[in-house]
Amino acid sequence: MKTLESSRCRKMLLAVACAAPMGLAAAEPTDATRDITAIMKSAFEDKRQATLDRLDQDETQKLCTEARDQALPAVVAKKIAEINLATVKPPADGQYLGDWQNGEVIANTGTGLQSSDDPAKPNGGNCYACHELSPTEMAYGTLGPSLKHYGKLRGQDPAVLAYAWSMVYNSNSYAPCSNMPRFGHRGILTEQQLKDVMAFLFDPASPVNQ
Amino acid sequence: MALPARSTSSLIASLLLALSLPLAAEQTSEEAIAEYHAMFGDENPAELWQLRGEELWKTPRGPREVSLEACDLGKGPGVITGAYAELPRWFEDTGKVQDLESRLVTCMTTLQGLPESEVFAIKFGDGERKSDLEALTAYVVAASRGSRISIPLDHPAEKAAYALGESVFFYRAGPHDFACATCHSESGKRIRLQTLPQLTTKEGAQAAYTRWPAYRVSQGELRTMEWRLQDCFRQQRLPQLKYGSDVAIGLTLYLARKAEGGEMVAPSIKR
Ligand code: HEC
Ligand code: HEC
Repeated sequence: MKTLESSRCRKMLLAVACAAPMGLAAAEPTDATRDITAIMKSAFEDKRQATLDRLDQDETQKLCTEARDQALPAVVAKKIAEINLATVKPPADGQYLGDWQNGEVIANTGTGLQSSDDPAKPNGGNCYACHELSPTEMAYGTLGPSLKHYGKLRGQDPAVLAYAWSMVYNSNSYAPCSNMPRFGHRGILTEQQLKDVMAFLFDPASPVNQ
Repeated sequence: MALPARSTSSLIASLLLALSLPLAAEQTSEEAIAEYHAMFGDENPAELWQLRGEELWKTPRGPREVSLEACDLGKGPGVITGAYAELPRWFEDTGKVQDLESRLVTCMTTLQGLPESEVFAIKFGDGERKSDLEALTAYVVAASRGSRISIPLDHPAEKAAYALGESVFFYRAGPHDFACATCHSESGKRIRLQTLPQLTTKEGAQAAYTRWPAYRVSQGELRTMEWRLQDCFRQQRLPQLKYGSDVAIGLTLYLARKAEGGEMVAPSIKR
């Protein structure tokens, strides 16, 4: 979801304070949309690790597909946040922060899970595709907010760490229908990799905080 | 269409250079293209594909030993001027909505009698292995330069294909939850330094659609819309899009309709 309105709506989600927009008509099933997953499956073929089951949608993906680019009705946003928050697993040893240097590599790596990628290599997180991070890395994308000085600005209060962990583990826990992948929940990054990108965000020695 | 020999050989020279042109990673898409023009001026290696496509179009081939000059791309047998600007469209003889690429396949298999396996042997060229489909597409598309995109959606099957394309555009799936809309429904956004066209508005769709197919400097190949779409699906972590599938054609029709009225300039040069 991208409108200002919807991101404001999401920010207020915990207070459930956003009103359902009037305009979102329940999509009438047409020939073209009735069984879109089946249509998709007939138009694709397996390619290496990118197999047809990737076209199946979980409930979150279905709800976000239905919303298209309209603001999410509050009830739907709340439901998505609940489903996804329930998936967030805190680190087994309670330690949120790993190795920032490895985190930087993960943030810079765009490969992983594409049919053209080597499945033997660890997946990247490609954080730079969407976020500004280290002030010296200018090749950053803008689909997500700037995370420059992330830890320096926020400190390491347990609630701050827990929120950031939830966002990287499953972005939809606080940002329903986010454009950010659900890195932990969907198995894109391992627990150790998540700790490493967390350290990249929070470690005072990380370039992000210089 | 035929170019004087000198121009062709200088084109070949620039193509060879272009193949080895290193594109700096720390460059926006616009900077990369500006650098290309600074080095090679207005020469567009796509002309090499157009020339080969013209030859393929006019040469009798296949078991029936006929050329493609009787191929009907929607404006009557052999008419290529402006044809691409009105595709995809409904075709009575196949009972299908077809894009240019799938229509070329129809003509090659039915008119010329070429087996599908041969037509599809090289869908996307790679260095020495050149694709006839890419060359033919380049030739036909260039004949729409200056034509305005016109997709009236008169036939019910065209309306259905548009609706399918729109649904696919917003379909989120795969490990990353990406849809086309994730990367292409906001203006002024970038993935790293690559500018993302906003395809849901008229201006954005026109800017993008009127410039495809394109010679891609980073690959040294001419790429068609079928290639562009399957490569975006690859980035979405989805399986391989089938060439000429209803999803490929629906998406193309959706984008073309969004770009209604835009003036075709393709084949262009892209990063
Ligand atoms: C495809 C784009 C994309 C990628 C890739 C991405 N993000 Fe995000 N991220 C976003 C968006 C968009 C938001 C804002 C949440 C929203 O409104 O959806 C966000 C929000 C966040 C936030 C919350 C910021 C705050 O304080 O509210 C953190 C932390 C974050 N991202 C970290 C990361 C890390 C670490 C990576 C790499 C492992 C990453 N992101 C990769 C798009 C992305
Ligand atoms: C993860 C992000 C991402 C997703 C998802 C994505 N694309 Fe793209 N798309 C790109 C990038 C990056 C480019 C190339 C921009 C450049 O070369 O500067 C691009 C280019 C394009 C272009 C050519 C635009 C131009 O002006 O050259 C079209 C058309 C397009 N995409 C359509 C689609 C469609 C349709 C889908 C869904 C099937 C899709 N994209 C999904 C990232 C994405």
